[in-house]
Amino acid sequence: MEITNLLLTVVKMVALVAWIYGLLWGLGRKPLWQKALTILLAFGIVQTAFLLKIGDNQVFTAFDQGLLFQACTMAMVAMGLNLIYGFNGQFSLAQWGFYGIGAYCAADITWRWNNGDPTGLLVVGIGVILGGIALMGVGRLLRLKRGVPVLSAFTFYLIAIVAAGLVAVLAGRALAPALTPLFGTSDVPGPLASAAMQQVVFGLSVICAGCFAAEVSFLFGLPVLTLGSDYFGIATLGFAIVVKTLLDNSDTLLPFPEMKGGRGMIGIPKLTTWIWAFVFLLAVIIIIRNFIRSSTGRATLSVREDEIAAKAMGINVAGSKLLAFVVGSFVAGLGGAVYAHYIGFLSPATFGFLPGFNPLIIVVFGGLGSMSGAIAASFGWVFFLEGFLRSLLGQLGTEAPTWRFVLYPLTLLLLMLLRPQGLLGTVEWGFMKADNFIKRLKGAPAGPAGSAPAEKGGA
Amino acid sequence: MPVSRDAIPSIPRLSVRRPPLAWVGWAFLILLALGVLWIIVSQGVKNPTLLAQNVLDGLKLGFVYALIALGYTMVYGIVKLINFAHGDVFMVGAFTSYFAVARFGLHKWPSLAFPGIGDGLSIVIGSISVIILSMVVCTLLAITIERVAYKPLRDAPRIAALITAIGVSFFLEYFGNLQFVYTARFIPYKSPFDTVAWYISGGIHRITAGVETPSNSVTFSNIFLIIMAASILVQILLQFIVRRTKIGMAMRASSFDKPTARLMGINVDRVISFTFAIGAAFAGLGGVLYAISYASITPILGIIPGLKAFVAAVLGGIGSIPGAFVGALIMGQAEVLTAGYISTPMRDAVAFTILIIVLLVKPTGIFGEPSGEKA
Repeated sequence: MEITNLLLTVVKMVALVAWIYGLLWGLGRKPLWQKALTILLAFGIVQTAFLLKIGDNQVFTAFDQGLLFQACTMAMVAMGLNLIYGFNGQFSLAQWGFYGIGAYCAADITWRWNNGDPTGLLVVGIGVILGGIALMGVGRLLRLKRGVPVLSAFTFYLIAIVAAGLVAVLAGRALAPALTPLFGTSDVPGPLASAAMQQVVFGLSVICAGCFAAEVSFLFGLPVLTLGSDYFGIATLGFAIVVKTLLDNSDTLLPFPEMKGGRGMIGIPKLTTWIWAFVFLLAVIIIIRNFIRSSTGRATLSVREDEIAAKAMGINVAGSKLLAFVVGSFVAGLGGAVYAHYIGFLSPATFGFLPGFNPLIIVVFGGLGSMSGAIAASFGWVFFLEGFLRSLLGQLGTEAPTWRFVLYPLTLLLLMLLRPQGLLGTVEWGFMKADNFIKRLKGAPAGPAGSAPAEKGGA
Repeated sequence: MPVSRDAIPSIPRLSVRRPPLAWVGWAFLILLALGVLWIIVSQGVKNPTLLAQNVLDGLKLGFVYALIALGYTMVYGIVKLINFAHGDVFMVGAFTSYFAVARFGLHKWPSLAFPGIGDGLSIVIGSISVIILSMVVCTLLAITIERVAYKPLRDAPRIAALITAIGVSFFLEYFGNLQFVYTARFIPYKSPFDTVAWYISGGIHRITAGVETPSNSVTFSNIFLIIMAASILVQILLQFIVRRTKIGMAMRASSFDKPTARLMGINVDRVISFTFAIGAAFAGLGGVLYAISYASITPILGIIPGLKAFVAAVLGGIGSIPGAFVGALIMGQAEVLTAGYISTPMRDAVAFTILIIVLLVKPTGIFGEPSGEKA
């Protein structure tokens, strides 16, 4: 029984990686109806697997479903980091911090909504919109005066965003009483307390969380991206630690008593279902893929290859770094929000220093500069570490589970020594492949123009 | 490839428009600095002894960070690797001394071997042998790590070595967490020698049990003096090694240009191993002193000091040995003053805030040389 369980975990791991391959393959360069069919099939296969039973035992237990959701969120985070590091060459360790920001932001919105308090959604929603407008406005104004130094630009942006935030807090607080009666009482729930409304709020909260993370990353990235590569890495590590510290003291340093600081936030509604996880995963895949394969994305890639040459070609190097960083963080925020609503409990320890390396490890494992690699590696990694190693060691005795994190770094070392370029290197699957432009233009095959560019090492 | 200034014929500089609105950024920074200064000065005026005590505590922490930061800065200077495992080597140093003292009683060997020896001399020799044991263990560990995890990846992309560094760091931490090795708990550390503390209040007096210390006085202990002495001695020793010895010259050559150094007959691999070894030895020393000074240890003890030390090395200008020292002292002060005057939980965050601000003003750190290529 134990052995079959173990084998089943391996089978699930392999099956899910194959599932991703199928999804990406089906989405790539096919007629629209085939893409739609692929999406439906990909969704349906996993949904059926949830219902599948062997005898009395569910094939996909609740634990496995949790792993699946975790893998989906990890895939989002990893894709974001791969965009920042693999495609733009900016060694960032802040990804986990944005993940935490997204998780807490969305959790706070839905937690408050669940308790009949619409301020969370109102403040964050208005704040995100106003903040975006403020940032764009300041950007427009700064462009009039060419060559404003980064530090000054940062000051202006900071003032703008703080002003927008203040307005949002005031407006949200003012509007909230108007909505509160619609929640009804606990005996007679109003229209806003319905289950459907909760789903809508969840969707909105995820998007708000992503936008919030993106705006924070804009403010942080603007000055810090001017630093050299390793210095940038350390500064981003610092950002992650600052976020962790703030979350640890969210009830004392920040005005959020419901987050309960280091004790962890409880009572977050568990709203993430397979539909939501799949929809957001798919959305992220499409956003990232279309970003990379756009002209802006190619500019991003050229910055990784050679900044000076890119600048000489007229590419806005600073802007393209910032854009990649913001998009990557947006995606991390989405991932965090989805994570918060399947786990139902957030602890700052989750967003600490050591787990912060996980996205980096996944991205390097999958192959820097390979999005398919990042997605596949997240699924493989989650199921290997949480599923396989846990059940393998679980049979060996009571103390065995602590061995998990002893075996894990050894695996890491071994894999890195054997395959330093990552499992997939720069190979892409199906949907993620670059369009063969020359082939499309000439209507004839044009050699290896479609292959991914050679990966340049270095942090 | 750095080119000497004289080789370039002087070209008349194009008149460059001064960037507009630059004063806004500076005003922002200066306001920030003034705010922090105001907090510290106003509190310092209110209670000068507390300020002096904080500065002293900050110095103690800073000297420990300096010992760790040396390893980071040297390794980064030569192989351009952020050696995340260094903080855990520091932890292993603390643990080696813990096992040596608490389990095996190594610090008592002189009095057992030579029964006639005086108490004071016995403690000194015993403590020094504990420290030397820790340094040797750390050195061997670092050389092993370098051989196993970094050397095979020297030609691979730099990120691969970084990931293995993280892997080694995880391994050391979680291996220490195992039940039969150690546990995840904090355990009181048994010091090889007794702490003697003094207070300054109209002269230096020794603190003795039973006699009350005046409330308004600055205290310090022999541990502080030992840490300070060790840190400064190591600093001088390292300067001597790097500036005056053959291996030091080889280190400087390798960090400047590895292929050329190889052509000049330098065994670069051995130089790199030596760099790891010497950095680890100092980390081991730092680990013992840190454990004695803060009196409790855990397998994840190395993470935060290691990180702070690295930040200190970056702050001072990575690759520069005096820079690491100065950066570490700044870091120690920043941490203790933040904890004392602003907010205790923010002590870890402030280190990085300072780092970011310093790097924005001077991108290569305080003592860093401007990088040759402009990206």
